[in-house]
Amino acid sequence: MTTKTYKTVTFKGGVHPARDGKDLSRSAAIQEAPLLDEYQVIVQQNIGAPPKLLVKKGDEVKKGQMIAEAGGFVSVPLHSPTSGKVKNIDRIPGPMGVPTDAVIITADGKDEWGELMPPLDWKNTDGATLKKRICDAGIVGMGGAAFPAHVKLSPPPDKKIDYLILNGAECEPYLTADHRLMLEETEKVLEGAAILGHALGVKNVFIGIETNKEDAIHALLDKCDAYGVGVVGLKVQYPQGAEKQLIYAVTGRKVPAGKLPMDAGCVVQNVGTAAAVTDAVKEGKPLIERITTVTGEPIKNPSNWRFRLGTPVSRAIELAGGITQEPGKIILGGPMMGFAQKSMDVTVMKNTSGILLLEKSDVIQYQSTACIRCGRCLSACPMNLLPGSLSAAIESEKFDLAAKMNVMDCIECGSCAYICPAHRPLVQHFRRAKAEIRNRSKK
Amino acid sequence: MSEEVKSELLMPKGDELVLSTSPHIHATEDVRSIMIKVLIALVPVICAGIILFGSAAALIMGYCVVFCVVAEAVWLKLAGKNLDSLKDLSAVVTGILLAMNLSAAAPWWLCLIGSVLAIWLAKQIFGGLGHNPFNPAAVARVGLLIALPKYMTTWIPTRFMNSDTASYCQGLFTKADWSSVLAGKLDAVTCATPLGVVGTTAKVLNHSPEAVNNFAQVANPSCYWQYFLGNMGGCLGETSALALLIGGLILIAFKLIKWQVPVFYLGSVALMTGIINYFLPGVTPPPVFHLLTGGLMIGAIFMATDMVTSPMTNWGAAVFGIGLGVVTCTIRIWGNYPEGVSFAIVFMNALVPLIDKFFVKRPFGYNKPIVEEGVAA
Repeated sequence: MTTKTYKTVTFKGGVHPARDGKDLSRSAAIQEAPLLDEYQVIVQQNIGAPPKLLVKKGDEVKKGQMIAEAGGFVSVPLHSPTSGKVKNIDRIPGPMGVPTDAVIITADGKDEWGELMPPLDWKNTDGATLKKRICDAGIVGMGGAAFPAHVKLSPPPDKKIDYLILNGAECEPYLTADHRLMLEETEKVLEGAAILGHALGVKNVFIGIETNKEDAIHALLDKCDAYGVGVVGLKVQYPQGAEKQLIYAVTGRKVPAGKLPMDAGCVVQNVGTAAAVTDAVKEGKPLIERITTVTGEPIKNPSNWRFRLGTPVSRAIELAGGITQEPGKIILGGPMMGFAQKSMDVTVMKNTSGILLLEKSDVIQYQSTACIRCGRCLSACPMNLLPGSLSAAIESEKFDLAAKMNVMDCIECGSCAYICPAHRPLVQHFRRAKAEIRNRSKK
Repeated sequence: MSEEVKSELLMPKGDELVLSTSPHIHATEDVRSIMIKVLIALVPVICAGIILFGSAAALIMGYCVVFCVVAEAVWLKLAGKNLDSLKDLSAVVTGILLAMNLSAAAPWWLCLIGSVLAIWLAKQIFGGLGHNPFNPAAVARVGLLIALPKYMTTWIPTRFMNSDTASYCQGLFTKADWSSVLAGKLDAVTCATPLGVVGTTAKVLNHSPEAVNNFAQVANPSCYWQYFLGNMGGCLGETSALALLIGGLILIAFKLIKWQVPVFYLGSVALMTGIINYFLPGVTPPPVFHLLTGGLMIGAIFMATDMVTSPMTNWGAAVFGIGLGVVTCTIRIWGNYPEGVSFAIVFMNALVPLIDKFFVKRPFGYNKPIVEEGVAA
């Protein structure tokens, strides 16, 4: 154990869920998922333009072979998770409940790598080459947003970037994937941070981590100096890992409303993204697998896994020992911002940080009652909005008023709806208003 | 995977999965549990009322709770609404608070009228819990005070008053009266409240310096201890500052009220009466007297702090508290009524939307980015 200390910082607002569920899988070391017979790789795994398919039914593919190329600047290519044959290009249930194109790959069991990209000596490589490599490796924000990583690393020349912040907050209850990654693959994460910092030409590289991951913090502190990365403790408070809140906590800077982190001179990347960058740069490996937590009270053995892209949720649940009771919900991601699923045929994607099953008794469909003006949503909102008044405006269809009340700044973290004693579906109202306002401005 | 393992493997059937948007977990506290916590905080006050005024107090509380719940049920039924909202227990809280604002001598029909005023006029007519701009119990007290002042200002002594402490009951009866009570010759004795005495004195002596001595009869350190415990004339729940302060601490511990409301309310009353008493001692007694008498404590702790009818921000709550203090003092000192707490609450309730408008927090990111502040800088 190191004697080094770190400061603990935070943002204003937020909530602190009483039961964080992290104990279920906190101490489960990352396991390698066995090779499956079949992978169903969803084609669009990034925000932005969908990648363009390069393979067709019947093609032989190698592990790591590009099966779809970037469909534009805000897009990344997609690679095969194993060697085998393209069985079909089909529509499978997507994570948003809409059928989605996927490449179905039948594994040949050999799991043979195709030709890898040449390893780079990153310290002597220029930023442009590194960014191209990060794009070529298909790397997106692995915390959940799936925003192409190279785009965030390419600010316009007039935006000076002062800080690179690695997001290791993992503030979502239940999830422990990033925790295990930082603990078990500390150097890979730190080196990734250094590579990203080098690519950006930024000296101030920090990794923000919630203080409930003490062992990971000490592992990072032990090794961070060698990579020129600072470790910043974050108070355990949801949504500590939200981009703007993280930037504020670590640097004291506020990203101006409607602007991007780069406007505050910051770039934020997830720790999983950093680890993927290390693999891509040092070993030339594309992003074909990720760490995912399979957890929740109904899961027999809550655990952390390294899954290939395209692993069906049903197989993931099988690997975690199945269930001990019928779940009420299956969620991709965490309980605060994840997406509930109807089908277990959805597959692991680049941003699938968790597969969470909730007990039936935890899945309560509340009847909402009138706002009692307790003001808890006000104190919880990390964006300092007025959730109660906003939802009242939206319920009476006053979208112009909602826009004036800055509904577009809502980050949909769910803190207000979590805390509301009247169980008002606040976030739903805000999503509706945001969609409505966007549609109107398009016209 | 071996056959053996497979046979043990239990997989979700998936046909009963709930599909809804995030967040998927929820804090356990709901409106009902908030009301239960308020009732818990009221327990010391309820006990104090029963200890001080006996079974009459318990009976009045019973009446008020039953009438409030029935009034709410009747309204919901007539309005064709779901009776489920009775389960939030807010009518029970209103009933208890209403009882706390009545004299132990209140007849049952006063409880009935008060309940109907509180539930129908103050609450349901606006759409029920959450939509009411005014605190129901305060509205009921104000309404009854204006309409039926005789019944709202007929006080009976506490069970702990005797010929020696009778002076705390303003010295309005003599030792002979007490002997009669004790001997059972008189059915009941009425008394005034310390505030009532002060109000009358101030009016009669027209704020002249002679009033100082008269004030001293009810406003002296030996009285204050009795007042603090609740041994004085007044409404069921308002006399014992001790019980109310315990209740207030429970409310703060449960995070159900903003401490700014009682602190700034009581603080501004103390400051304002302190200044006036210092320069014009004939106008009003010292601040300690004001803090311990009348409905100030129950108003500041239980009624002004009502979530629905108080500001949502901390700064707003502070301003609200100061406004309450100013209005209360103004009525107490210069108004026609000896007491002004419930008037002040109803008045300030009306200003809450304005106060909330003034104290909107600036949304995140709407000022210039602050550079060089965090640890990283």
